[in-house]
Parts: sequence; C-alpha cells; structure tokens
Amino acid sequence: MKTLAELEAIRKATLSRINLRTDEKSETTRVVIGMATCGIAAGARPVMLSFMDEVEKRQLAHVQISQTGCIGMCRLEPMVDVILPGKEKVTYVHVKPEMVPRIVAEHIVNGRPVEEYTIGAAEKK
Amino acid sequence: MKEIALHLLDIVQNSVRAGASHVDIRFLLGTDGVLEMGVRDDGCGMSADLLARVRSPFTTTRTTRKVGLGIPLLMQNAMQTGGHVEIESEEGKGTDIAAFFDTSSIDCLPLGDLASTMASIIMGSPDKPEFAIRCASPNGEMSFSTEQIRPVLEGVSLAEPGVIQWIRESLAEEIEPILGGILK
Repeated sequence: MKTLAELEAIRKATLSRINLRTDEKSETTRVVIGMATCGIAAGARPVMLSFMDEVEKRQLAHVQISQTGCIGMCRLEPMVDVILPGKEKVTYVHVKPEMVPRIVAEHIVNGRPVEEYTIGAAEKK
Repeated sequence: MKEIALHLLDIVQNSVRAGASHVDIRFLLGTDGVLEMGVRDDGCGMSADLLARVRSPFTTTRTTRKVGLGIPLLMQNAMQTGGHVEIESEEGKGTDIAAFFDTSSIDCLPLGDLASTMASIIMGSPDKPEFAIRCASPNGEMSFSTEQIRPVLEGVSLAEPGVIQWIRESLAEEIEPILGGILK
C-alpha cells in the first residue's frame, strides 16, 4: 500500500532537488503538451506521463512539464513543444510514449533536437 | 476516445476554465451495471441560454474556432450504450455534469486508466482548483482529494514528478478492487 509516510519522503527528496534548482540558477527547459479534446483522443495522456517518468528517472531538476489547449493542428496530435532556454521552440508531432526517452536524452539533456520527429520532417512527407 | 477515463480528462478542463475552486468527481457503479461519471464544480456556471446550446458541437466558449467536441463526444459514447448525459448549471454557482453508461452493453467503452487520468488532471492544475474523487461500487468505496495531501507536502507543488507518480500509484491501488471489473 502507498502511504502518506512515503509521500513525506518524496517531499523531502523533492525539496533537495528544488534547492539544487535555485542554487545553480540555471534556466528552465519547458515541455508543453497539447491536452485538448483532440490531443487527448490522439493519445496525449500516456505521452505526458512518459515525460514525467523520464524526468523523474533522470532526476532532471530544470524541466517543467505543462499542458496547453488545442492550437488548431489536430491532425498532428499528440504534439509536444520543447523549449530549451535561449533556443527556439521545437515542435514534435504524432508523439508516442516510445519516442519520449529519445527526445529527453538527445534534446533535453544533450541539446540536439530529434529532427525526424519534428513538425518540419512531418510536413515534408 | 478509447476510454471513459479520457472523457473525464477532457470534460474536467471545462471546470478548470470555469474558474472553479473545488471540483468533485464521482464514479458510481450500481448493481444494475450502470456507471455514473459525474463532475461537479463551483465555477462560473452557465447562463440558461448557454446551457440550452451546450450539447451542440457548434457551441464553444473559445474564440479561435467555432467547434467544441468535448460534450458531444461524451454524449455519443454514453448514448451508444443506452445511457445519457445530464447537465445542471446555475450562473455564479457552478455546474454538474453526469454521464450514464450501461457497462453491460457491448458498445460500452472500458473505464480505462482512471489513476493516470487523475494524475494528468492534477499535473495540469496543481495549485487550483482542489480535486476530489470518489469511486463506489457494490464491491466498496474509496475517496481521495488534493486537499487531503497538501498539508503533508508543506508547499511542495503537486506537479512535482515524484508526487504525481505517488498519486498515480496510490489511486491505481485503491481503484482496482472497486472498479476493477470494468477498467479494461
């Protein structure tokens, strides 16, 4: 059974991570997932939770995951924007949970967008 | 939508956008096999005029496009099991929407991953509103609310990945014995 004592332990672990975040003063990387009717129907929920899992697994302190509504390109959902500090926004389309570890490792951690998953690559097809 | 739980994820956004401070979610499975999915909020509510039009796919409050499919898709999936959707609303007081599904119908969607849906909902709006969920069936009953765990967290955001993971796992454990028969 999950207990409140476990939650208390999670709180402490999180606090030390938050302190690290403020100490290093580095800027936040933002991950924005489309979660309107179209995104949800296309499979955005497992994608968002995969990002959560990956961030937790790698203990990435500077990544903020958030949700947005429908931006009008429903046919490309699930869509995910990754915005590295000081860099241009990169939009990934038709994102599946299996693609998330690669996006996190190559783009968020190492700063190289995964070209083949981006909207640019999808629109060329 | 492939799961009833995905409809919840979608429909709850209406309560959040209505500026609710409390959103109460209920999943009640009766002995007759009828599942009620209900969402009650204390948001801005709807005028009689909007309430009369809200079931139409051409009704939306956003200004960028003229369609809104959340409620129509929910109605379609409830009605194809022989069920229906009830909406009550009062301006300034809030809204209650309830969808009824006959889970014995071959056309009924599985309930799906309700724990992941709750985790996604809370992640999307970690500060406000407070979310509560109650599940009941002939097998038992459970409830959970964000208000209940906030004091334990002492200011740590509910959206922190570790916290979200805890919420997802503890809800999955608690929901399984109650609604396990219709999850998949």
